[in-house]
Amino acid sequence: MPNLLAFAETRAGAIRKAGFEAVTAARACADASGGGEVHALLVGAPGIAAKADSLGEHGANVVIVTEHPAFERYNPEATAALVADRIRSGGYRVAVFSSTAQGRDLAPRVAAILDAAIVTDVIAMAIEQNDIVVTHPVDTGKLIATWAIGGSPAIIAMRPGAVLLAPSARAVRVERAEPVGDPAAVRVVTTELRMGDGATMDLGDAPVIVSGGRGLKSAENFRLVEELAAAFGNAAVGATRAVTDDGWRPHSDQIGQTGRLVSPDLYVAVGISGAIQHLAGMRTSKTIVAINKDREAPIFKVADYGIVGDVFDVVPALTAAVRAARAASA
Amino acid sequence: MKIAVCIKRVPVMDQRLPIAASGIAIDESGLKFDVNDFDLWAVEAGLQLKEKLGQGEVVIVSLGSDAVQEQIRKALSMGADRGIHLKAAAVPPDARVVARALADELKPGGFDLILFGRVAVDVSNGATGAMVAQLLGLPCVTAVSKLEIKDGRGRAQRELEGAQEMVEFPLPAVLTIDEGLNRERLPSLKGIMAAKKKPLEVKPVTLGESRITVRRLQPPPERAAGRIIGEGSAAVPELVRLLQTEAKVL
Repeated sequence: MPNLLAFAETRAGAIRKAGFEAVTAARACADASGGGEVHALLVGAPGIAAKADSLGEHGANVVIVTEHPAFERYNPEATAALVADRIRSGGYRVAVFSSTAQGRDLAPRVAAILDAAIVTDVIAMAIEQNDIVVTHPVDTGKLIATWAIGGSPAIIAMRPGAVLLAPSARAVRVERAEPVGDPAAVRVVTTELRMGDGATMDLGDAPVIVSGGRGLKSAENFRLVEELAAAFGNAAVGATRAVTDDGWRPHSDQIGQTGRLVSPDLYVAVGISGAIQHLAGMRTSKTIVAINKDREAPIFKVADYGIVGDVFDVVPALTAAVRAARAASA
Repeated sequence: MKIAVCIKRVPVMDQRLPIAASGIAIDESGLKFDVNDFDLWAVEAGLQLKEKLGQGEVVIVSLGSDAVQEQIRKALSMGADRGIHLKAAAVPPDARVVARALADELKPGGFDLILFGRVAVDVSNGATGAMVAQLLGLPCVTAVSKLEIKDGRGRAQRELEGAQEMVEFPLPAVLTIDEGLNRERLPSLKGIMAAKKKPLEVKPVTLGESRITVRRLQPPPERAAGRIIGEGSAAVPELVRLLQTEAKVL
């Protein structure tokens, strides 16, 4: 019954949904292999320890908390040193991270310190005798690889949204761990975190993503997408590469082969034709809705529900209907 | 400024990728290959830094079979100065093996900057750059979308989900380049001719043992065939009903 470590990713003093997902994934993996313990590692500025209990609700047995003012923003070097030290001293079989921008930065550093094998963007994992077996989309999601990782520890980063958050409440033991060295004496320093406008959710966390393409015709018309996202109330706004290349939206909004890879519960594609580059980033969404005037657009091949029509006609009607549906059920 | 750019040969993604009879690899016969998208932006970043400073050297490094020389030549035709081909017959998907081979080559090179693409679109693991930095004991910034180098220090912007981070670091350093920093230049005819005469050193390497074994390669589960439920705003009530009762997402 091996124990697993889960890194509980935070941003601006709060645990991210992807951080809870890492704990959930570790819990499920431990339960399926005889019920080892899940230890969550929570790193932040003084005060972060108040969030420890919420990790117990998702299945952590132990929460190891490290607080230091230099962990207020993401501190890659000091965090990597700390996490590697905990994995080594705890003898964990697997360390689970989130395949977010932060997790994809942190996990390889930790793997290199430990000379461990690493797989990011994992959508499923299991312990099988001496191997950790992971499923990982390759070639922009055109193929799915199953890899067996030998040796210990294995470093895994789970794709956000690949794990369904499930309550698995237990009382947590909170332990404290000191930083390794001085977290303020690092070379790479995050001087500023610029958050989005806050009106809509983050692409990595949102259960619903409303995404726009060239069919919107101009940057100004993106307000149709924003209004639909606001109507859902739990939605983030995404965009195609054509749109971010034209500067209608920032590059961080791009969903696709060279942008974000997302798996929301609902993906609404507005005026998006469905180029391979875009499908690579969203085809694993649970439900896909497409609105496009071209009946032959490839997006309709992957859409669970397609509406052929002018986005300027359909989207405002959908926004009003979603708003009404949510008001009725509230 | 001495800049190394590590590049990877990958299949062009805009084509069908058939699975080989072995079931654990794609059948590469007849496929088109190119430099990994993100790596082209890393090459472009290196060239722009050199041009801005008016001096320096951009060295292209690539690990793989003889075929990777085609991609090294492409980077040379864009304007890089010389290439190093680390020759190995087969490269496993274990990033620590790749990072070790690259780090061994880069360590004595005296580079001020070592650039990678953020992720290779084929293996999609995105771990090599940060691992090389760690092995070399160098500062590292990943997913760079804006970059400024001045007086031996750098400032970079990193793309997060719905946010950005501003990061400062000293040189020498390792950076992985995200989309948004630039668009790569096309090689000019003159560049292509010049690239043929640029030095390309071939160094056989022995790779460490991979801890990752490929068990299977499969197409993704088929989505149910797409379904068009109607036309125009008249179809909206039906869509909302399906989202509530069938998909249960509203």
